[in-house]
Amino acid sequence: MPKDQTKTYNAGVKDYRDTYWMPEYTPLATDFLACFKVIPQDGVPREEAAAAVAAESSTGTWTTVWTDLLTDLDYYKGRAYAIEDVPGNDDAFYAFIAYPIDLFEEGSVVNILTSLVGNVFGFKAVRALRLEDVRVPIAYVKTCGGPPNGIQVERDKLNKYGRPMLGCTIKPKLGLSAKNYGRAVYEVLRGGLDFAKDDENVNSQPFMRWRDRFDYVMEGIQKAEAETGEKKGSYLNVTAPTPEEMYKRAEYAKEIGAPIIMHDYLTAGFTANTGLANWCRENGMLLHIHRAMHAVIDRNPNHGIHFRVLTKMLRLSGGDHLHSGTVVGKLEGDREATLGWIDTMRDSFIKEDRSRGIMFDQDWGSMPGVFPVASGGIHVWHMPALVSIFGDDSVLQFGGGTLGHPWGNAAGAAANRVALEACVQARNEGRELEKEGKDILTNAAKSSPELATAMETWKEIKFEFDTVDKLDIQHR
Amino acid sequence: MSDMQDYKSSLADVTSRKFETFSYLPEMTPEQTRKQVEYIVSKGWNPAVEHTEPENATDSYWYMWKLPMFGETDVDRILAEAEACHKAHPNNHVRLVGYDNYAQSKGAEMVIYRGKPV
Repeated sequence: MPKDQTKTYNAGVKDYRDTYWMPEYTPLATDFLACFKVIPQDGVPREEAAAAVAAESSTGTWTTVWTDLLTDLDYYKGRAYAIEDVPGNDDAFYAFIAYPIDLFEEGSVVNILTSLVGNVFGFKAVRALRLEDVRVPIAYVKTCGGPPNGIQVERDKLNKYGRPMLGCTIKPKLGLSAKNYGRAVYEVLRGGLDFAKDDENVNSQPFMRWRDRFDYVMEGIQKAEAETGEKKGSYLNVTAPTPEEMYKRAEYAKEIGAPIIMHDYLTAGFTANTGLANWCRENGMLLHIHRAMHAVIDRNPNHGIHFRVLTKMLRLSGGDHLHSGTVVGKLEGDREATLGWIDTMRDSFIKEDRSRGIMFDQDWGSMPGVFPVASGGIHVWHMPALVSIFGDDSVLQFGGGTLGHPWGNAAGAAANRVALEACVQARNEGRELEKEGKDILTNAAKSSPELATAMETWKEIKFEFDTVDKLDIQHR
Repeated sequence: MSDMQDYKSSLADVTSRKFETFSYLPEMTPEQTRKQVEYIVSKGWNPAVEHTEPENATDSYWYMWKLPMFGETDVDRILAEAEACHKAHPNNHVRLVGYDNYAQSKGAEMVIYRGKPV
């Protein structure tokens, strides 16, 4: 039993493992669970390093203090309850830590992260530290707002069923005037896409102030809806320097009838994001979430926070769409790991699955799901693989793959829409998309000159760099 | 590279109006429609038939043709209902729906008889 249960005060430095290493502990259903990948300093035993991480991310500090004895530290402390080898990495090990639910303020992603990934990441006893996964207890999930609408509500609002939705990020990223920008939006929507999207760094720069952009984009949405008879949207980016300014832009988007707004949850921060998600829920607005800065945090396999954790934090904080990577495009993303975190976005219950890097069961209860968004360097030839990987509950976004069509945006959009529908139809007929993709697209192109031209334009483009952040796999 | 083509779509041209999933593909053949019905049945969804005047296609609620066919797995009977709806309303859009009662959503929805554009 830990020695600090005695009622006497003994000043000085104790080994962390005396208090925080509890291999006999069985986690409670209400505990937060965390799995850290730890690379300790030379000479620090695994149990001591794991206990140190548990201590520094919960109640502990480097020395015993008399005020420890004024509370029931045994109730509040984090407990390192297991350690495991990391497949393929002899320097590292996994530390499993359980935290009592009362360590965290209700409904506060901010509080969760401040504890779990706070000071401990600069702690000298560990050389590198990565938060691989967390299990949020259902009791805590119920204190969070989560996605303002969720997959099922968004489908109903937009009248999109039985297929992924299609989007396009407007390019060039920066420099267009508001009126020219609105033209680009109108063209992709009239050609058959469901959404256009502001690029993440489009906020309210001198070349295009936000209010002008919102007005012209809205005119484009309305005209495209009248022309095609389908519901359309364009993610109006309300990411702003201050929360006050963010809400001002969101209010204006609602006032002009926009169905969806957009926010960058990591650069803007979780306080802003959670507030905006609550505002969206109050005001019936859809919320698209971009993830600028994620790769700074999640790409290093030995240090930082895995994206599956950032995914869980976003689902708690709130958002209806979240960028997930494409597996096949220009941006990083291991296939099995990606499948793991897109399940985490959408499903109600996700089972532990080490082959996808999922370390814990996660129960979301009735919390709505988030649409994963595949975006970045994808074009019509990727469509069969994308439909197969992502399924219907997703948004597939083609920026260059729409705007770069030789006949312009509308034709590019039509090519993508035809390719998508041909793939969904073929999948429903029981055909194997990733094997028969070429046949399916070639056949669809017979009745769509726009698709035929897109296929001719992009057939040689490939992105075949190796993934940096891979799942931990046994090498011996 | 083929010569540039104009994208034909306008407010004035009623054939520009689409009707969501599969409306950018050619109208399905009876054999293709049958496969989609088989897909809905294989998913365990409840098939349903709805129709509308094409000018009201953007409404959330189309007219139900009878009630959704709860538990129906006979593809021929589902196709026969769709055909009966089409015969009764030859100028209307007729759509096939697969209600997914677990997701509380529609797992599939597609127009299988295209009405007269107006």
